Amino acid sequence: MGMTVVEKILARAAGLPSVKVGDVVEPKVDLAMSHENAALVINQFLEVFQGTGLAPKIWDPSRIAIIFDHRVPAESPKTATNQKKIRGFVAEHGITKFHDVRGDVGGICHQILPEYGYVRPGYVVVGTDSHTTSHGALGAFSFGIGATEMASVWSLGIAVNIEVPATIKVVVKGEFPPMVGPKDLILHLIGKLTAQGANYKVLEFHGETIRKMSTSGRLAICNMSVEAGATSGIVPGDAETLRYLREEAGVTEAIPCVAPDADADYCQTVEIDVSTLAPQIACPHMVDHVKPVDQVAGTKVQQIVIGSCTNGRLDDLEAAAAILRGKKVAEGTRMLVFPASSKIFAKALDKGIVHDLMKAGAVVMNSGCGPCLGVHEGALGDHEVALSTTNRNFKGRMGNPTGEVYLCSPAVAAASAITGVITDPRKG
Amino acid sequence: MSKVIIALGNDISTDDIYPGRFMATVLPSETPQFAFFDRTEFNAQLKAKAFAPGSIIVGGENFGCGSSREQACSTLKGHDVAVVARSIARIFLQNSINLGLQVVICPGIEATEGDELEITADQVLNRTTGKAFDQVKLPAARKGIMDAGGLIPYTRARLMARA
Repeated sequence: MGMTVVEKILARAAGLPSVKVGDVVEPKVDLAMSHENAALVINQFLEVFQGTGLAPKIWDPSRIAIIFDHRVPAESPKTATNQKKIRGFVAEHGITKFHDVRGDVGGICHQILPEYGYVRPGYVVVGTDSHTTSHGALGAFSFGIGATEMASVWSLGIAVNIEVPATIKVVVKGEFPPMVGPKDLILHLIGKLTAQGANYKVLEFHGETIRKMSTSGRLAICNMSVEAGATSGIVPGDAETLRYLREEAGVTEAIPCVAPDADADYCQTVEIDVSTLAPQIACPHMVDHVKPVDQVAGTKVQQIVIGSCTNGRLDDLEAAAAILRGKKVAEGTRMLVFPASSKIFAKALDKGIVHDLMKAGAVVMNSGCGPCLGVHEGALGDHEVALSTTNRNFKGRMGNPTGEVYLCSPAVAAASAITGVITDPRKG
Repeated sequence: MSKVIIALGNDISTDDIYPGRFMATVLPSETPQFAFFDRTEFNAQLKAKAFAPGSIIVGGENFGCGSSREQACSTLKGHDVAVVARSIARIFLQNSINLGLQVVICPGIEATEGDELEITADQVLNRTTGKAFDQVKLPAARKGIMDAGGLIPYTRARLMARA
């Protein structure tokens, strides 16, 4: 029996000829990412060394990435002090893949990692963030872990006792209709699988639609794979992966890709034809509560958010600007835009996208997680409704337990900003 | 025997257990105050230590879904409660094992607030209704971590073995 992509990656990283579902392996970690929760990782890491007589030492500082994104610039003295503590640790331990609060190299971790070529096909990537699944977009096996598990990785350089997950093969065919794209595909898939339909499993994406999809779109679908419970989403590395890493991330060395065997064993196969797909909306308060846009069209919204690790990339901002150009955000609705990285922000400035969005009435904020998880800015008022391109709509997610969050694509968000109600961009 | 202090539905997210706006608080000594913060009454009861140690939170499918925030486990461990749920999301399960929060996967569990449960080696007995429910064993691969008392002592032992 052949192996899936993740089985091949785990076999390589664990130094084994082959692995199968359920095997327990201890893969070497190629990249270990944290954001502000590195403050907790540091505590746990130092505790590991207590009483050992050993000086706390990271197994390989060059494989650690720390990116400030959840609360930038700091919203409180507590966060600022956490960030200060992390800066000190970064300097002391010689961590080089560090992205501070900056307008040139800052941004959201799940954008920075691909953008700087830190992730490569075939890597084992762990991150103290559930949306670490994003990096499967580059053909890596990439999954979220807790802070204590990260402290273990920092100490040992391996992920201990990993069970080889089963894989669901997702085959996507057809051409997206106008105003429909990767976000609609992944929302549709989550609705189909349910929020726990892929729990403990990997989603491996195939098909002509995926092959033609840009890395930006692949990042969006792998990002939200965790919302179906998946350990990771993964698109086997291909010509587009190489193009992205060479042209956009500036990688010059060899980039070997990992493909699944033809006789790999999948626990389930899901086929989707996107040629008839409508724009999709995840309704409050669950990400698998997905409906076509026409079923919720007309719902009044007070806050539109475009951004996040899911949909804050240049093509997302371009799609929004194309709809908003020459138009105005409706009275009674506010629109907040968060580019996923400083580099994207700068490109959006050069292309006039930021100007178009601001002229329409949008507030363009610095790169970061923004209001997505309700910790920083853009909180909802009591009983307010948000329409957002982010990835979660749990009760209280945008900082207010009485608020409601609908999730959508940038096109739906932009069309709805003009009308002040959830709007089908095909009719807008 | 332990009392069920709250019986929750499916898809209880870590945002529900520990809202994102308190994530700058990381110390296990400080996180318990924010447990289920937006369930105002329950949070107040937890903080008032209204429940006996070992009391049980019952959950439905996919308990602990969403964010990887470890505070969602440390906040519950701080109140010395256990979780019995029909299924548990991957990262939350792993974090619980790593921190030593007692979690039991019990696909058929039926219990309401106030019921008395007994957790045996392989079942959960509802002493109030007289029904018994099978547990799904935690992954055998995690036994070493549980036996060591959590991932920190486990990692420390692995590190010492290398040195």
